[in-house]
Amino acid sequence: MQLAVNIVVLSSIYALIACGYVLIYRVSRVLNLAHGELMMLGAYLLLTTAWLFSGHPAIALSAAIGLSLVAGALVYIFLMRRMTGEMVLAAILTTVALGILIRGFVVLVWSAQQQYPAQVLAVSNPSLALPGGARISQWSAVLVATTLIVYAGLFSFLRFGRWGMRTRAAGQNALLAAQRGINLHVVYALAWSLSTLTGALAGILIALDSGITGGMPVIGLKAFPAALVGGLDSLAGALVGSLIVAAAEVLLIYYVDPLLSDVVPFLVLIAMLVMRPWGLFGTREELDRV
Amino acid sequence: MFRPAPRASGYFHTAYDQDLALVQTRTERLTLALLIAVLAMFPFIASPFALDLACQVFLACVGSLSLMLLTGYAGQISLGHAGLLAAGAFTTGILAREVSAPFWITLPCSAITGIVLGFVFGLPSLRLRGLYLAVSTLALHFVVIYIGGEYETKRGFSTGIVVEPPSVAGLRMSDGRAWYFVLLAAAAVSLLICINLLRSRSGRAFRAVHARETVAEALGIHIAAYKLLAFVISSSMTSVAGCLFAYYRGFVSIEAFDLFLSIQYVAMIIIGGMGSLLGAILGAAFVVLFPYVIEGMLNLLPNVEKLAGDIFAVNYLAFGVVMIIFLVFEPLGLVGIWHRLQNYFLLWPFRYRPLSGSRK
Repeated sequence: MQLAVNIVVLSSIYALIACGYVLIYRVSRVLNLAHGELMMLGAYLLLTTAWLFSGHPAIALSAAIGLSLVAGALVYIFLMRRMTGEMVLAAILTTVALGILIRGFVVLVWSAQQQYPAQVLAVSNPSLALPGGARISQWSAVLVATTLIVYAGLFSFLRFGRWGMRTRAAGQNALLAAQRGINLHVVYALAWSLSTLTGALAGILIALDSGITGGMPVIGLKAFPAALVGGLDSLAGALVGSLIVAAAEVLLIYYVDPLLSDVVPFLVLIAMLVMRPWGLFGTREELDRV
Repeated sequence: MFRPAPRASGYFHTAYDQDLALVQTRTERLTLALLIAVLAMFPFIASPFALDLACQVFLACVGSLSLMLLTGYAGQISLGHAGLLAAGAFTTGILAREVSAPFWITLPCSAITGIVLGFVFGLPSLRLRGLYLAVSTLALHFVVIYIGGEYETKRGFSTGIVVEPPSVAGLRMSDGRAWYFVLLAAAAVSLLICINLLRSRSGRAFRAVHARETVAEALGIHIAAYKLLAFVISSSMTSVAGCLFAYYRGFVSIEAFDLFLSIQYVAMIIIGGMGSLLGAILGAAFVVLFPYVIEGMLNLLPNVEKLAGDIFAVNYLAFGVVMIIFLVFEPLGLVGIWHRLQNYFLLWPFRYRPLSGSRK
C-alpha cells in the first residue's frame, strides 16, 4: 500500500514537471533542458517571498507563483525569441546554457546550502494516515491534488479557450498560424511562462515537503523521460509516462537496488527510444534533422 | 579543412604529391616550425601552473577533436561525451587497480571499451535523428555513470580509485614536463588522425551523411555503417583521452564525469566553431582556460573575500553567459571571428571581394 502511495506521489511530481516539457515542445519544437533549473528557481523565489512575507504563507506562495510566470515570459522575450527558427541543436544548447547560468545565479543569490522555506513560512508538514496503513506527508498530498488541478486546467485551456486554440494552431503549423494573424511571439511567451509556472509549482511543493538543495534540477531532468515516454507533444501522454517511469523507479528501488534511482528513468527512456521514439501518445512526426 | 593561415595568392598544384602534402607552402612550413619550436620551448620557461594548464588543454583537445569529428562533421549530436571519457578512465582505473596492469595494456583496453561503447551509443543513431539522438546519448551517459558508481560502491572505492603513475622503460611518469610532451603528442596524433580521416573516403562520407542522408545514400554511401563508424572512431579517441586523464590525475572518481563535463565538451565545439578542427582546438583552450581567467579577473575586484566561497557559482554564471553569447551572436564561433579577421586583411583595402574575376 505504501508502495502504491509512493508511486502516486512520485508520478505526480514527474507529471507536474513533465507537462512543462510538453507545453514548450508542443508549441515550439524546442526541448527545454533548463526546465529543472527553472523549477529550482521557482522554489528559491518562494524562499525570498517567504522571507518578505514570513507570516502570510498564502501571499508568499502566490507572489512566488506570479514571479515565476514573469520569469518564464522574460526567458522567452530576452533569450529564446532570438532562437526561434534557428537549428534545433542551437536552441537546445541555449536552454542548456540558460540552465548553467541559473545554477550559478541561484548559488550566488541564495547560497548552496540546503534550505527549508516551510520553516520560514512557519507551516507544518504533518504526516497523514491513509486507509490501508499507508502514510503521506501533507505537502505530498497537496502536490498530487495540484497535479490533478494543473492537468485539468491545461486540458480545458488548450481545448476550449481562444488562446488555447491559438496555442494548438501554432504548434501544428507555425507558419500558417502566423499567416492567419496569430501572434506567434505571444503564444510562445505564453507557453514559456505556463511551463515555468508548472515547473515552479513542482519546485515549490517539493521544497515545502523536503527543502531545497542545488541538486533539484536532477529531479527535473529525471522527469524528462516521463514526457518522452508519453510522447513529447501529448499532455495525456505525460501523465501516463510519469506513471510508468515512477512505477518502474519505485519498484526497482524497492526490490532491486536503491542506487538505481538516478538511472531507472533513463533506462525506460532508452527502451522507449528503441521501440517507439515518438512515445506512446505522441504524433509520429518525421524525426527532425540536425 | 585545417589551414589556419590565410593564402592570398594563387598556389596551383602541378603534381599529385603536392595535392596530398599536409604542409604546402613555405609560409606554412615556417609557421609550423615556429609553432613546434614554441611548443617545445614552453615547458622549460613556464611555471608548473602554466604547465598544468597546457596539459589540461591538450587533454581537452583530444576529446573536443573527437566530438567535432562526430558532431561537427558527421552531424550526429552527442550529449554523452563525459560518459565515454568516464568509460576510458574507469577501464584504466579498474585494470590498474585490480590486476595492476601496465599502461601499454590499459591504453588499448580503454580504446577497446571506447569502440564497444561507441557501437552502443551509435546504435540509436540508426533510427533517431536530431533531438531524439541527443536524448538517447544523454540517457546512455547516465547508464555509464551508474555502472561506474556501482563499481565504486561495491568494491569499496566510494571516494575514487587511485591510479599509480605509469612507468615507461623503468622511468616513472610523474614529472610535469614529461606529461606535457606525452599529452602534446596525444593531441597532435589526434589532430593528424582527424585531418587524414576527413580527407579520405570516410571523411567525405561523414560530411555527405551530415548534409543530406538521402542524397548520401543515393551516392552509394552505406549510411548505417558510416554513422556507426563515426561513433566508434570518436568514442575510441575519447576513451583514450579518458585513460590519459586517469593517469594524469592519478585518480578516478565518478563525480568528475557529470553532465556538466558533457556540456563543456559540447560548448568547446560550439564556442570554437562547428565543422572546423581548428575550432575544436580553440574551443578546448577557451573552455579550459576560461575559469582561470574569471578567477584572475575576480581577484582584481575589491572585496574579493566575499565571493571567494562562491567562485564556482561565478564560473557557472559566466560560462552560461558566454555560451549564450556565442550561440546567439556568433554561431560560427571563434573560427568565424578568425576568418573574418583574415578576410579583412586579405581584402584590404576592399571590404568585399571584388565581383569580377573572383574565384568563388
